[in-house]
Amino acid sequence: MTAPATPVARPTGRVNASVKPPIRLKPSRVWTIARTELKQLIEARDFWMPMMILGGIFFLVIPTILLFAITSIGNIHAVHQISQAVQLLPAKARAAVRGKSEQGQTAYALAVFLLAPVAVVVPLTISTAVGASTIVGERERGTGEFLAHSPASVHEIYLGKLIASVVPGYVTTIVGFGLYSLIVNTLVGPEVGGWFFPTTQWWVLMLWVVPPFVLLTLSVVLRLSARVKSTAAAQQASGLVTLPLIMIAYGEATGAVYGGNWVGIAVGAVVWFLALLGLWRGMKAVTRGRLLGVADGI
Amino acid sequence: MTLAPTSDPAPAPPDGTVAPVVDLRGVSRRFGTVDALLDLDLSVPSGTITVLLGPNGAGKTTATRIITGALEPHHGEVRVFGLDPATHGEEVRRRCGVVSAKPALYDRLTGHANLAYSAELYGLGRGPGVDERTRLALARSVLHDPQLLLFDEPTSGLDPESSHAVLEMIKSMAGGGVTVIMCTHLLLEAEGLAQQVVVLEGGTDLVAGAPRELTRRFWPASVVRLDAEDRSQLARVVGMPGVRDAETVGDGLKELAGMVGDGIDAPLGSGPVDVQLEDPDGVADLVEALVRSGVRLTRVEPRIPTLEDLYFAVRRSRAQSHTVLADDGGRQLTPTSNGAGS
Repeated sequence: MTAPATPVARPTGRVNASVKPPIRLKPSRVWTIARTELKQLIEARDFWMPMMILGGIFFLVIPTILLFAITSIGNIHAVHQISQAVQLLPAKARAAVRGKSEQGQTAYALAVFLLAPVAVVVPLTISTAVGASTIVGERERGTGEFLAHSPASVHEIYLGKLIASVVPGYVTTIVGFGLYSLIVNTLVGPEVGGWFFPTTQWWVLMLWVVPPFVLLTLSVVLRLSARVKSTAAAQQASGLVTLPLIMIAYGEATGAVYGGNWVGIAVGAVVWFLALLGLWRGMKAVTRGRLLGVADGI
Repeated sequence: MTLAPTSDPAPAPPDGTVAPVVDLRGVSRRFGTVDALLDLDLSVPSGTITVLLGPNGAGKTTATRIITGALEPHHGEVRVFGLDPATHGEEVRRRCGVVSAKPALYDRLTGHANLAYSAELYGLGRGPGVDERTRLALARSVLHDPQLLLFDEPTSGLDPESSHAVLEMIKSMAGGGVTVIMCTHLLLEAEGLAQQVVVLEGGTDLVAGAPRELTRRFWPASVVRLDAEDRSQLARVVGMPGVRDAETVGDGLKELAGMVGDGIDAPLGSGPVDVQLEDPDGVADLVEALVRSGVRLTRVEPRIPTLEDLYFAVRRSRAQSHTVLADDGGRQLTPTSNGAGS
């Protein structure tokens, strides 16, 4: 209350600077935030349609055209060239190639080895697009004010947003992977003596290597989303930052498939470690001030 | 001042009075080089409506954000329900309902889904469906039965009917025992609603108290507005028995000048006159004296100062005292004459 006419002594020192509340996470609240975010994505047809098309092109259209051409058209020049490329594979990978005819071997090598990085590019692209707008979008719409005043902790908000960003990319990838498996087995299976896909390396890739790459990328993207001024800026910055990550993931995924199970597991372990470290540090990027758009530096 | 965290509400004061729901002491918050709040003191008793008045940039919104713990102060002490929002933010925010100046909803969600989201975040089941934007935001703020409601310009952008409905709703909620803090720069909106008024400017509280108490503080004498066929004759009130002070009431433009702290310095006789009387019952004697002196009165209107009068008097007084006190670092408002009684 306003006091009498005496000048008020101004307190000095930052209040509670050293007293921070412990991190408490309510899974139900994290899931509420994630589910609501996903519900909004589902409603945004203009967003998910291009993503579905992207997944479709990489997992369905390109493999179908390539594999169909190789297995059905016959001994054309292009098939011969691809079969030459197969000779460049590591010896271990070359030894694993199945198929009696040149066409069969080429189709097998293409399906198992050459298209593997697709499995990484699709989820990274989709999750980056979702994650880039997730926090700055709250601020732009004004709904960040609602979240900032809510009982949800910033950690719960961060994890909810993270899950909501991971799910679209990873689910698209898993569904695409299933469809890709069907196409591969249908088109190449008769050439190599039956259904053979997914191979063990692909299981390792999909379940062990791809998820941490997605998380590692999102740890960067969410930090950007919390710090930049607009969704457009977040998407531009995310594109720049995640491009090298996509290239690394591309190379590592290829190596994981070529090098055998243990290589895949080792690559996955390293990326999991980096991803968890990135997520832990990224968690600090989300603050209530940033949700409100008043934090210094925004 | 650093406070030890406590999970228990602060004990009731020893004199038996009820501890305030919100208690800010010397709170400051800076954004870059701008002081959004500067030594703000605010005490909000339970079950009352407190209105934070002030121009844009006065610090009203920042104050509400500090109260819920959405922002932390750089200096000062904050207690809400006896808890420090910096360390017990979840508990504080769970008991608060907030309607921001722009009641933002998730556009891609239905009204029902917006309410359901809020209900789940506040630990309730799914909420009922309502289809109107502002009502939804209001519904969202009260869904979890909060004990403290913070409204940041709740009628912003609403038509008069909706504004009226919102204010009635706020009044009725306060009647039910909920503590309400409302930010506004619309004085008419606060009139009749506020049980406590805090005038903010530059992040600092200029004055705080019950409107009636403040009115008495600024206008200890009763005021009567007079007009006459020949306004120049009104200058005769000066020096009449029982008259404490008199000033010409300006037209709209002159009153606007008062808003920026210039006061109304028009000479007596150029317009209607507000006369301050020492005795509230002295109106009849004054009228009789004026009539005897030949003044033909056309208007005799006892005046109860409005919140608007109070607001401008406070700001005028602030503008005047600011210059006087600047040299010794003082900042406290001291009511003066010239409409703001001593």
